[in-house]
Amino acid sequence: MNIIIAILVLGAIAALFGAILGYASVRFKVDADPIVEQLDSLLPQTQCGQCGYPGCKPYAQAVADGEAINKCAPGGEDTIKKIADLMGVDVQPLDDNHVQGDASKSNRPKVAFVIEEDCIGCTKCIQACPVDAIIGAAKQMHTIIIDECTGCDLCVAPCPVDCIEMRELPDTIHNWQWDLTSIPVKQLD
Amino acid sequence: MVESILERIARGHFWDFHGGIHPPEQKTLTSTKPIKPLTLPKQLIIPLQQHIGREGDLLVVIGDKVLKGQPLTLSTNPMVVPIHAPTSGIISAIKKSVIAHPSGLSQLCIFLDVDGEDTWRKRQICTDIEQLTNSDIIEKIADSGVAGMGGAGFPTHIKANSKPDINFLIINGAECEPYITADDLLMMEQSDAIIDGIKILDKLLTPAFILIAIEDNKPKAIKALKHASANIEKIKICTIPAKYPAGGEKQLIKILTGQEVPSGKLPIHDGIVMQNVATCFAINEAVRHDTPLIRRVVTVTGQALNKPQNVWALLGTPIKFLLEQCEQQVDEFEQQPVIMGGPMMGFCVSSELVPIVKTSNCILVPSKKEMPSAFDKESSEVECIRCGQCSDVCPSQLLPQELQWSAKAKDYPQLEKLNLSDCIDCGACAYVCPSQIPLVHYYRIAKAEIREQQQLDLKAEKAKIRFEARKLRLEKEKVARQEKHKKAAAARKAAMNKATPEATGAKSAVAAALARVKAKKAAKDSGKIVDKTSQENLKNTSNSATNTGEDQKSQVAAAIARAKAKKKSNTNKPSKSIETDSIDNIDKEVEKSAATKQTSSDDKKAKIAAAIAKAKAKKLSKSIEVSEQSEVAKDKTAEKSASIQQMNHDDKKAKIAAAIAKAKQKALEKIKTESSVEANESKTASLLNQPIPEADQLTTPSKATLSSSSSSSRESDTEVKATPALDKKAKISAAIAKAKAKKKLKEERNDSSK
Repeated sequence: MNIIIAILVLGAIAALFGAILGYASVRFKVDADPIVEQLDSLLPQTQCGQCGYPGCKPYAQAVADGEAINKCAPGGEDTIKKIADLMGVDVQPLDDNHVQGDASKSNRPKVAFVIEEDCIGCTKCIQACPVDAIIGAAKQMHTIIIDECTGCDLCVAPCPVDCIEMRELPDTIHNWQWDLTSIPVKQLD
Repeated sequence: MVESILERIARGHFWDFHGGIHPPEQKTLTSTKPIKPLTLPKQLIIPLQQHIGREGDLLVVIGDKVLKGQPLTLSTNPMVVPIHAPTSGIISAIKKSVIAHPSGLSQLCIFLDVDGEDTWRKRQICTDIEQLTNSDIIEKIADSGVAGMGGAGFPTHIKANSKPDINFLIINGAECEPYITADDLLMMEQSDAIIDGIKILDKLLTPAFILIAIEDNKPKAIKALKHASANIEKIKICTIPAKYPAGGEKQLIKILTGQEVPSGKLPIHDGIVMQNVATCFAINEAVRHDTPLIRRVVTVTGQALNKPQNVWALLGTPIKFLLEQCEQQVDEFEQQPVIMGGPMMGFCVSSELVPIVKTSNCILVPSKKEMPSAFDKESSEVECIRCGQCSDVCPSQLLPQELQWSAKAKDYPQLEKLNLSDCIDCGACAYVCPSQIPLVHYYRIAKAEIREQQQLDLKAEKAKIRFEARKLRLEKEKVARQEKHKKAAAARKAAMNKATPEATGAKSAVAAALARVKAKKAAKDSGKIVDKTSQENLKNTSNSATNTGEDQKSQVAAAIARAKAKKKSNTNKPSKSIETDSIDNIDKEVEKSAATKQTSSDDKKAKIAAAIAKAKAKKLSKSIEVSEQSEVAKDKTAEKSASIQQMNHDDKKAKIAAAIAKAKQKALEKIKTESSVEANESKTASLLNQPIPEADQLTTPSKATLSSSSSSSRESDTEVKATPALDKKAKISAAIAKAKAKKKLKEERNDSSK
């Protein structure tokens, strides 16, 4: 008899907690994976697609689903390190397929530049730009809004007359950085 | 509480801020000599931006003659203050030049060739400021380009326009940095004007109390100001003990009121506004004398000068001119460092052409004995010994050594935790450091990088928003397009149904029109062979129009075939022939462009031709690359390629036909519009309305098709010629089509010869 009572009581408690858990899972359901948002905020948002995904958010989603963390070329080592911290995995070197140009070259930010006299107004670059940073119309000269350009260089390839090139942003007092090398740090023996 | 503050001030008891140092003052070098007015330099270099914020819009162009005090830029937003011509002269250049910034980078400057006449523009001297409204005064201050002359150069009219209740207006005459005596001398010589300026600020801000803070090492200045403000009860002169950096905003507030301004907050939140004495003088000049900010007192000092003194320097005066006036001892063996600002917070300028701006208060040229560290190229920095002296002297109560380690490790989150943003760059920590670590230098680098990172984050956020917006827009456009297509299809169907029961004539017309549209589409998509048995085709077209299902199927099949052929052709073209071909082609294009230039002398045409040539060259170079790569694999796929080449032929034929058809259509459309003969319409329709080429047609020998195509092109030419007053456009398009046909012909010959 006691056994039956115990089973009934425990069963009732289990059913109660089951109901509470079931309700909570419906009531407090999280639609999106919050890790995706966090990953997305770490990515550089150039929307360049060099990782093989159409934009930064899809890549963030893919990383959350187990994709390699070393495919973001514009983000570089810093971004990989941050993602590794967030995901709790080891830092990996940047994927060979995604290394951008020559690593020894300066890594100053670049933006696209339209050589305006060569532009024929084909609008192909406008269609390629992921952030709508190119103005122009059919058979009108196009130009780049430098402040909006993310430097993803997606507009360079579609140009039929090769009139777009990536140029380094000039040094101004607004983006100038103190030169660390001007303070030689002495090594003590 | 305010009462107790006043009691303490009356008793001369002040609070003390944490830390601080007592470096040798060196002020007697210049404090005993009066401010010297300078002769006019030959040329002034006036940077467009002389303060925090942005540069204004230019009002002058090269060659303009300007009068003294004439505005050179226009303020476009509240954070912009205009600049003015410091004397009369002619604008000789507007170009980038080195400015007063530690980076030694260039910014846009106006070069003014001084004419020596010093002619003023018309000025309206204001005798009674009581008649002016507050907004008038604010406007005058803004138009006169007054910016804070103590340090950062914050636009004064914004500070003077603060609306909340102001308890204290603090006039900063502390001038705590060694060597500098510019404010000291100004207070001695212009005490009345400074008090007048303070009165104007009093009218604007209506503070409860006005405190003038002066360090006790300037007794003459204190005396002069006390004398000038003797009959004004509101103004209290506070003599504070000399200690560096007592002149810092937050430090001075702590000394005078005992309040600490919280991290990340401005003094205005506590009802305190602070202005520099030189700014008060400039306000008075601007409001009463309608004199914009065109000159300032600069301390030119250092033991490397024979005559160190304070001078009235016009803004834009190159440092070189000041050094000449003060007789610099030229050392031929070593380049003398020139420091702009004081020894604690200043920076070495990279060029002697750097001009004086609104915020430059001191030019320091030390001798080697005086300041050996400024001459050292190599830093004598050694490891931190954790003595803790730096945190003892830090006026912001930070932990300089911790900051230094984090800055070296680039641990920016940790730096923010350690409140790096509260560091005022005073340099006290570096001054006391027994290991000679240039601490402030590390902080400046870290601050700049944190700022850069913040800007990047902002930009990334913006890019994300724009990307999302674009995605949304494309989605919307897609839906709209689909909707439109659906509607159009429905309309077409309805029209067809209507037409069936009607007379055959009308029916055929509708069918012909429909077929024309379709043919146009087909010609674009897959290309067609234009046949000249036009009369029969009328029947065919009506057939094809009704048998839409079949038509579509065959179209899809053709498109797939074409796509395949294109893919294969990309990988299997013989590279050499293409190369020569491409060169020939380009040459031809160039020739053509030259010809067009000669005949019509039309620049545009030549440009178009050049662009086309460039595009073609790019395409061909790409295909060459591809073909070179695939050369090796070619042998393996020899069997395949035979059949593929056959397909290539067909594909090209189709392309030629399409091009010709396009050209013809254009030409005929022109004719149609001009002569408006209905027969033409039927002809166009018949010409263009072709069924999809069948298998046997595709495999016909190339020569036959080529001859037919060339003959058809010839025919189109004759048609074009026959029509009078034909548009140039049609000609160009015909020419392009011809060129294409020629190119294809050649390629095919190459193929067949192979």
